[in-house]
Amino acid sequence: MSLNQEGVGRIARLARIELSADESVATQDQLNDILGFIARLQAVNTTGIEPMAHAVDVVQRLRPDCITETDRRADFQAIAPEVDGGLYLVPKVIE
Amino acid sequence: MINASLKELSAALAQRKISAVELATLFLNRIERLNPALNAFITTDREKTLAQAQRSDDARKVGAGDTVAFQSKAPLSGIPLAHKDIFCTQGWRTTCGSKMLANFVSPYDAHVVERMATAGMVTLGKLNMDEFAMGSSNETSFFGAVKNPWDVSRVPGGSSGGSAAAIAARLAPAATGTDTGGSIRQPAALCGLTGIKPTYGVVSRYGMIAFASSLDQAGPMAKSAEDCALLLTAMAGFDTRDSTSLERPAEDYSRDLNQPLTGLKIGLPKEFFGDGMDADVRSAVEAALDEYRKLGATTVEVSLPNSALSVPAYYVIAPAEASSNLSRFDGVRYGYRAPEYTDLADMYAKTRAQGFGAEVKRRILIGTYVLSHGYYDAYYLQAQKIRRLIAADFSAAFEQCDVIMGPTSPSVAFAFGAKNADPVQMYLSDIYTISTNLAGLPGMSLPCGFGNNNMPVGLQIIGHWFDEAKMLNTAHQYQQVTDWHSRMPEGLA
Repeated sequence: MSLNQEGVGRIARLARIELSADESVATQDQLNDILGFIARLQAVNTTGIEPMAHAVDVVQRLRPDCITETDRRADFQAIAPEVDGGLYLVPKVIE
Repeated sequence: MINASLKELSAALAQRKISAVELATLFLNRIERLNPALNAFITTDREKTLAQAQRSDDARKVGAGDTVAFQSKAPLSGIPLAHKDIFCTQGWRTTCGSKMLANFVSPYDAHVVERMATAGMVTLGKLNMDEFAMGSSNETSFFGAVKNPWDVSRVPGGSSGGSAAAIAARLAPAATGTDTGGSIRQPAALCGLTGIKPTYGVVSRYGMIAFASSLDQAGPMAKSAEDCALLLTAMAGFDTRDSTSLERPAEDYSRDLNQPLTGLKIGLPKEFFGDGMDADVRSAVEAALDEYRKLGATTVEVSLPNSALSVPAYYVIAPAEASSNLSRFDGVRYGYRAPEYTDLADMYAKTRAQGFGAEVKRRILIGTYVLSHGYYDAYYLQAQKIRRLIAADFSAAFEQCDVIMGPTSPSVAFAFGAKNADPVQMYLSDIYTISTNLAGLPGMSLPCGFGNNNMPVGLQIIGHWFDEAKMLNTAHQYQQVTDWHSRMPEGLA
């Protein structure tokens, strides 16, 4: 399984990372090296093995459905790139 | 004082031989003098540090009527420590070694930071690290590489390289670290220190900037196992804010330090003693095993047949989790935002292109690929199945032994630039450490001698789930009959 330029572009778009033309070529080689390295996993017979998603088996805890957080909007917004009137500002999404 | 153990520092503070403010000042002055050559710290703040030290001195004065009670309640009070810059620290810049968070001042404390502050420990500053903890040499930090105090032309290891270098150079008596694939143990080995990655879930991940959530675990780094035991006792504990934090009774990790090792069964995985390890590392590790036999332990060969698959499985699972975790850095709520863009999608793409370094981007792209439609089963699910095989290997091995030992790293610290042109070569630096993260087991590294170019070698101890106290006992007993852990690099007095 190896990635071509089009494939690299598709992954970069999904990851929301802009790649210049030069970067894209270098990235293609490096990603293919890494994909070649992880390809050896394919040869392992894992029939009947349950995937292990987590290091320990824990059941998600439940808590009473009540408010536990305090209002810290001002603190949190103080570190945002752009805010106005309590709102986070982003480029216009809806015309 | 700079070579003192935490127990000795604690006693000096209790006997009023030194105050917390004097002790913090001593280390701050060393940082000011020696850090420019080592680059171990990203941020220091003398005023904040001294204010915290003063609070410890004040608390001790209030507790003066009953020194014994104060000392047993807060044995670490007044002792300085530094935090890896992955831990959110309220009011301090928390960068995670990235341009993305270069100006991020955390509005809250990580659970680990909170616990250490509650114990009265004094924060000396924030330590350099590989960007978002992705690296084994500290060369991926936006703030420049950390130098190994034993030889400044060599890497300190990573990703907790700043933590390791700071302690090795005696810029801090102790530090926090995190370990996703070896990031506490490998730098501890390369800088001649002791560090422990506890069982997954023992230390809360709250406020620890996430890399691969099913593998990330925090732990202490210090000069000795005795120090690490004291630190882990303060650091560990249940926290409702981390959904994977384990609800277990509190433990005193120092409780078994003085147990004799007679009858201890040490498992030696044959896969760890093959061709992959350099000769100098092998001879130091084998000398350590001889020392353990003298202490009354026996060794038995065990097998971890799937261990060769651990690095490739890790480089599917960790990037997959990273690509999801790091999607939060989009330039909207915190962190870097690109100065120019055309629309929202362009803002995301440019912010992330400019804010992340090359290695972080590489791992996000790999993670995105293995999770994408058509590849999920072949890569991600397959890697998770192999993860179970790796964990099962350990379960079988632990039926024959109490602890597992081997090298921490296949080589001593390498030169800057030696591996960073070839990502796969760099990934193989963690060949002996990664499998414990996949299995969720505790692992530690302790110094066991010197190899080529007089660089430190680390011995790795892997324990059964929740066997930290036994591992620390095993390391402490070795440190009673050897002095590798008390050696310090020349020229830094």
